Amino acid sequence: MPAVSDVHVSLRQVTKVFSTGADGQGVHAVGPIDVDLRKGEFFAVVGPSGCGKSTLLELIAGLTPASEGEIAFEGRPIGGRIPDGIGVVFQEDACFSWLSVADNIAFGLRKSGLASAEKKQRVRAAIDLMGLMDFAASYPAQLSGGMRQRVCIARTLVMQPRLILLDEPFGALDQQTRLLMGDEVLRLWRQTGATVFLITHALDEAAMLADRIAVMSARPGRIIDTVETRWPRERDSRIIEQAAFGSITSRLWKSLREESLKTIGRTTA
Amino acid sequence: MRRIALYRLLVIVGVTLLLEALCLLKVIDRITMPPPHQILRDLATILMSGKLNAAIAKTMTNALIAVSLAIVVGVLTATLLHGYRSVRETLDPLFATYYAVPIFAFYPLLIVLLGLGDAPQIMIGFMLGVVAVVVNTLNGLDRVPAVLKKTARIQRMGTIETALKVTLPYAAPYVLTGAKLAVAYSLIGIIGAEFIMSRGGMGYEISFAYNNFDNATMYPLILLILLVSIAVNGALSRWEKVLLKRRGLA
Repeated sequence: MPAVSDVHVSLRQVTKVFSTGADGQGVHAVGPIDVDLRKGEFFAVVGPSGCGKSTLLELIAGLTPASEGEIAFEGRPIGGRIPDGIGVVFQEDACFSWLSVADNIAFGLRKSGLASAEKKQRVRAAIDLMGLMDFAASYPAQLSGGMRQRVCIARTLVMQPRLILLDEPFGALDQQTRLLMGDEVLRLWRQTGATVFLITHALDEAAMLADRIAVMSARPGRIIDTVETRWPRERDSRIIEQAAFGSITSRLWKSLREESLKTIGRTTA
Repeated sequence: MRRIALYRLLVIVGVTLLLEALCLLKVIDRITMPPPHQILRDLATILMSGKLNAAIAKTMTNALIAVSLAIVVGVLTATLLHGYRSVRETLDPLFATYYAVPIFAFYPLLIVLLGLGDAPQIMIGFMLGVVAVVVNTLNGLDRVPAVLKKTARIQRMGTIETALKVTLPYAAPYVLTGAKLAVAYSLIGIIGAEFIMSRGGMGYEISFAYNNFDNATMYPLILLILLVSIAVNGALSRWEKVLLKRRGLA
């Protein structure tokens, strides 16, 4: 487990209520949530569908302002404004279909102020890192779903973010591709030293990838359990063979089962 | 696809040959229509003599101005309207019924407002083309996936940069559909306006030739307009196909 302990992102009493307009009654989506992400750690959030996981990610990204509470990134509060140094990879295909793979990846650097040689070098490095060497001139439509997601990851990496937010990035991929993409994300996490915040509904994915896993309740989403995995920093998808992997997923499911039942309208079984 | 192209060619050749036969067999008399080969020959004569070059240049220049204006103003208007929901909803009925309005009825008013020169004709061409661009661009902008807009925000792009680099490029095939319609509508507008009241242009020459039973001028000009319109449309369709194919949509 990473030895770093500085707080990279902190959430204090963070709550999100969406106004619905008609009856004036808001929808309480998230919170209150108190959590600290440590610098360089891999933090995952699991929760039943509709519990506000993605809202939580959007709050941290500055895509939506918190109704109450405070979120700080590197000590500075995020006031519903996108801070510098944050990269997001979404579940949906976010490739620009009209740009080639190389241009998609270079897109993140258009305002970086870097010299064009440096830009090219960074794009090439990202292309190599994501194994897209043979597809630099291809268009996203010519690639598989997994490859397109690699392009989106590369576009984020090229900006060298210090905090990477992953919103169910493998949700649309098949199981084998997910395991392999998990390996790649672990490798990138080690290489970049960035803090990673992963939203997922897959317990095994969280158990395999994260240093710490927060379990969210049904709406309004609150953190009801936090599990430390204690995996070594050097790890890959083969840890799913270990006994500890089973006990981590069991513990996650134990915390989550009751909440998941709530979302399908049953209390206990 | 190649087979379909062949069928299309066969249809055109077939209809032309049929017309040719009907004309040569005097089923269609010469005062009504000369045979197609004659029309082609007359067109070549007109183009080589250069006597109608001024008229052709005037119509094509005005059409180009009208189409360019329609595309620029149309895309700008659609981009703005897309950002202002209430304005858009207010104008929706206008767009829905726009092409039911006989724009030509405003021609006298436009002459009063803009004078007797080319301006009223360009205005008619513009008015006929612009709404097709607005409606189609809006259609494209409506389809931009939310995740692309979120990506633009994460990339800290402002409204104008988002429009120029994300939403409009995404909507480009739809804009092109609008542009194709604008080319056709604007050309109709310009030629129609020249027909009604003008001292030059292809529409005026066709109408003048018609009034003087001058088939050697009228039919070649009609053919020329057809050829230009089909060529421009074909080029835009080809471009549209390239864009769609690149995006895996065709």
